[in-house]
Amino acid sequence: MNAAALKRLNAGAAIITVLTVICAVIWAFPIYWGIVSSLKPDDEVVRPYIELWPDTFTLEHYIFALTETQIGIWYINSIATAVGVTVLTIGTSIFCAYAISQLRFPLRQPLWWLILASFMVPTQVLIINHFVLMAEMRLLNSWAGIILPQLIHPVVVIVYKQFFDQVPRDFREAAIMDNASEWRMLFRIYIPMNWGVTTALSIVTFIWTWNAFLWPFLAVTRTEMMTITVGITQTNDAFGVYYASELAAAVLAGLPVALAYLLFQRKVTQAITLSAGIKG
Amino acid sequence: MALIAPFLAVYTLIFIYPTIQLFLLSFTDAPLIGAGEYVGVENYARLPEDRRFHTALSNTAYFVALTVVPGTAVALAIALGVSRLNGRLQALILALFFLPYILPVSVIYRLWDWTMNFQFGIAMHVFDLLGIQRVPVFKVTGWFMPMVAFVTIWWTCGFSILLFLAGLRAIPAEIYEAAQLDNASRWRTFRRITWPLLWPVTALVLTIQLISQLKIFDQVYLFSEGGRPNDNMVMVYYIFQRAFERDQGGRAAAIAVVLFLIVIVVSVLNFQLTRISGRRP
Repeated sequence: MNAAALKRLNAGAAIITVLTVICAVIWAFPIYWGIVSSLKPDDEVVRPYIELWPDTFTLEHYIFALTETQIGIWYINSIATAVGVTVLTIGTSIFCAYAISQLRFPLRQPLWWLILASFMVPTQVLIINHFVLMAEMRLLNSWAGIILPQLIHPVVVIVYKQFFDQVPRDFREAAIMDNASEWRMLFRIYIPMNWGVTTALSIVTFIWTWNAFLWPFLAVTRTEMMTITVGITQTNDAFGVYYASELAAAVLAGLPVALAYLLFQRKVTQAITLSAGIKG
Repeated sequence: MALIAPFLAVYTLIFIYPTIQLFLLSFTDAPLIGAGEYVGVENYARLPEDRRFHTALSNTAYFVALTVVPGTAVALAIALGVSRLNGRLQALILALFFLPYILPVSVIYRLWDWTMNFQFGIAMHVFDLLGIQRVPVFKVTGWFMPMVAFVTIWWTCGFSILLFLAGLRAIPAEIYEAAQLDNASRWRTFRRITWPLLWPVTALVLTIQLISQLKIFDQVYLFSEGGRPNDNMVMVYYIFQRAFERDQGGRAAAIAVVLFLIVIVVSVLNFQLTRISGRRP
């Protein structure tokens, strides 16, 4: 390759890099803009010109959101239901995946088909019957009612099965020689060997549930039972036309999942690529 | 069998049972809660004449057209750019692109409702700059779907970017080195190496996008507030409206079954198509 061509290639590479960085900044700008606007006093928020950095910072909108709305209770509801869905999904899936991966029993093949089938069925079409079912069980407006219909996460079983399939047979054979029970093998070998997967899947299940909108929106009519994702959209009256307060509430609603992502970036990335069927 | 019992119990209760009930319900005139009479296929027979059903169907198709291929193309372009970066810079830039995906839909709604605000939105300055008349984009029918599609691409792109990055990483570096020795141009390298080797991932991203966009509801519902929900009707919205606003469980179930079948048919077709195209040399 001659020198001129090399130079051109390098210049091209530099331009692409710079463009990518600029695009990323523009891409994330609405998030920045939302946060900055929530920190401005009302008169600055509605100024007719662009002001990228506030003249005065204020927490008044956050104080308003925290004291004048039920955001505190919504937080508790969101945490309780997201933890509930995560624990129940991981718990039931891990046992089921272990059985499918390591044991031979009559229902094994139909069960596996059922899981793959549920992967294709859109849960949105089941909202009517989920609602009727939860109404019959008297679980509307309760944590259990929000949690139960959200337990369909076949992908968790599928990922666990892949990982359990890869555990070398020697471990199992050695454990059988020691007369270990299935439970013991699961808790002493298979789960500890796959802690990484468990944390990754738990974090994304938590994030998915925190972000869920349609079902929590239908299952709850009483303001004090809402999750935060639903709650911040249902209080237009409480906010009036105060954009900054709405944005402050939105920032508070997004903060936990954004932090979870920034703290566990690697894990989140791994879990998402895994759940799409790509080995991370 | 204590191992599968909890899972099976949950699935029977919230998956198998509601699915069977859905089909049964669609042949009755039941309200949302309570029993109804068997009416045969009447709920289905009504759909071809139902104008709102047509709107829902065509808007959903329109939305799919606006998001699936454009969203995938944008994600691929970003992934190609991000993959050239290294170390901390790459992690930072990726985080900026990925952050929207991690946020709840209601936060996305608040952010864009504010950004696009007719009076005070910062995007209106961009409109002024480009010489476009300011419009309340979420209140005008012609603007609504393209804007919601735009916001959706912005919101969900991070997911596709991750998949593309994983795919790009799997392409061996030696192939690119060989291409460089041959003095291949950037475009030629992309066309002859990256694109064909990445095709399985591209097909996967397209499939996932297609299936998830058919089920759109949240954004349309939120951005329609104070606007024109009946013009912006999409399939899941129509199920919701029939069942929860009109109290017509049976008719809503029929619409749900139609969507159910569309998603299944699309999934199966897609699976077959990618298998065929995966076999090409």
